[in-house]
Amino acid sequence: MVRIEDYAPIVGQATVDELYLLADRLGGKLVQHINSTAVGGGVAEILTRMIPLLTQLGVHARWDVIKGDEKFFTITKKFHNGLHGVPVKVAKDEYDAFLEVNRENASTMDFGDIVFVHDPQPVALIERRKDLGRNWIWRCHIDFSKPNPEIWKFLQQFIEQYDTAVFSAPAFARKLGIPQVLISPSIDPLSEKNKDLPEDVIDSVFSRFGIDRSRPVITQISRFDYLKDPLGVIKAYKLAKRHADLQLVLAGGGATDDPEGPVIMQQVKEEADKDKDIFVLFLPPASDFEINALQRGSTVVLQKSLKEGFGLTVSEALWKGKPTIASAVGGIPLQIAHKYSGILTHSIDGTAYWIKQLIHEPQYAQRLGANGREHIKNNFLITRHIKDYLLLFLSLFRQEDIVYL
Amino acid sequence: MNEFCFNTKVDQTLLLGRTAKNIPELLAGVKVVPESSIYYHTHRYLQQHHFLSPEPPNDFAYWITEVLNDARLGESISSVDIIQFRTLEELRSRFIEILSDDAGHRRGAPSAPEGQEFHFMASRTFVVRTPHVARTLEEFKEVLKRLSVNSLYYHIFDAKLRLEKGENDFSRWFRDLGKTELAERVARLDPYTFTLEGLRSQIIRLVDLYGTD
Repeated sequence: MVRIEDYAPIVGQATVDELYLLADRLGGKLVQHINSTAVGGGVAEILTRMIPLLTQLGVHARWDVIKGDEKFFTITKKFHNGLHGVPVKVAKDEYDAFLEVNRENASTMDFGDIVFVHDPQPVALIERRKDLGRNWIWRCHIDFSKPNPEIWKFLQQFIEQYDTAVFSAPAFARKLGIPQVLISPSIDPLSEKNKDLPEDVIDSVFSRFGIDRSRPVITQISRFDYLKDPLGVIKAYKLAKRHADLQLVLAGGGATDDPEGPVIMQQVKEEADKDKDIFVLFLPPASDFEINALQRGSTVVLQKSLKEGFGLTVSEALWKGKPTIASAVGGIPLQIAHKYSGILTHSIDGTAYWIKQLIHEPQYAQRLGANGREHIKNNFLITRHIKDYLLLFLSLFRQEDIVYL
Repeated sequence: MNEFCFNTKVDQTLLLGRTAKNIPELLAGVKVVPESSIYYHTHRYLQQHHFLSPEPPNDFAYWITEVLNDARLGESISSVDIIQFRTLEELRSRFIEILSDDAGHRRGAPSAPEGQEFHFMASRTFVVRTPHVARTLEEFKEVLKRLSVNSLYYHIFDAKLRLEKGENDFSRWFRDLGKTELAERVARLDPYTFTLEGLRSQIIRLVDLYGTD
């Protein structure tokens, strides 16, 4: 099991000591996380890693998962798509069914001193507040920049009953009658996806996939879905390749809920078939080690998304000191300050231009990567995430601008 | 006994739900947001990017330069000499002055592309006492060497501008110890032009030079 002290050599003992100081101030309050899935997905992943660390710090932390039938999850999937701007229509009986499942769960659940509800699925548990009291936090992990107005209106009536709402990026903030806090997600430097790897291990992964490490490699790790713009990546690669020797790696999961997914995947395959320097790797879910090696062995990492919740693959690449070119969408501008810790682009042409620049100016690229790694170390590792959560819990009991603990 | 108790601080970032897409909207926001927002946008880069030297300018200047592509106004805003200001209200007034002046001369108001609007945020600061205490300059130096950057940041930046104490905490303590020259030298540093590690080394150097009797 990973120990909180294992992070001290990475972030410094003083940072770990600060976590103990903050945890101590919570005075034994029970913090209960509630979400809708125990495995799979970013929320479950972060809670799995975070709860044991919070416990080691002395926080009384618990994690519960709401129960729902297939119909409930079909409805919440609709919510999810609608909140991401996909046109959907939710019928009245679907809203009713959603509430019914929340009420059933609320009636059988024991609640902690601080109830920390993740994402829209369990949002209506807050109805219990009027008879139970307690402190309630709602955490939104998804892109909320342009939610479907009807679904938003439905959710807002519940969200505004919480003490605080938490969002991952500034663009997701809404006009709400409750305080809104920014807490970015994080990566774990000790996880399989991010831990250090020896060069020969990286070499072996590259040779397994037939990629030549002696030539420049540009890589995008993400699902094959329209919003990650893999076809745009190929276009940028082709433009840059006119003037630079390049290989392109597109690696990620194939499964997607995007109805256009299969079409995109077919087009990506067709493009790859025409060029032996394009490697399309459909990785199974448990491929963290391969992703780690591919990121570490790449010359430049890309994240040319059209839309992002946060875009943690950018943090993963920067943590590995990789010069990174990414679109200025979602949480990516929080991770990259343009020309300081990476490159932010807005178009295929811009991406191609910067690929050439970074391939041809390795010293500059290296400096961007080094700054990027420092930025991630200070702001996007799990220790910062724990600190933000501890502050969030403490802030429920204090209203001042400057709080002396 | 005159001892120095080291505090540390951690910040919570609040989202104010207010955005600006051009200079007039930025100006309107700067006029009304809480002081803690002016503090956040002028100090965030310093704290988040303390390894960079020179660090990127404040958020307003970065956005004006990089998103609105207005290098001239961006430079005016980034060169506001924060160390000269005793209160956040004075600092706010200076930004209002520059932005109003610009708005007065402006024909059109170029707008940020969609998705790159300026988002107003603010800081809530939590101050925690650390176990570290110094009774002598020698002890002070030893603690300072291993202090977290957050603690250094609190005693230098927050103490002077956010808590409006007039000067940084270290200089006040040096003065109490009768080390006036050292106090003056540390007070005269422009901490905004150092990385935090550079600042730490500089203070240790000054203690070595001016701390002995």
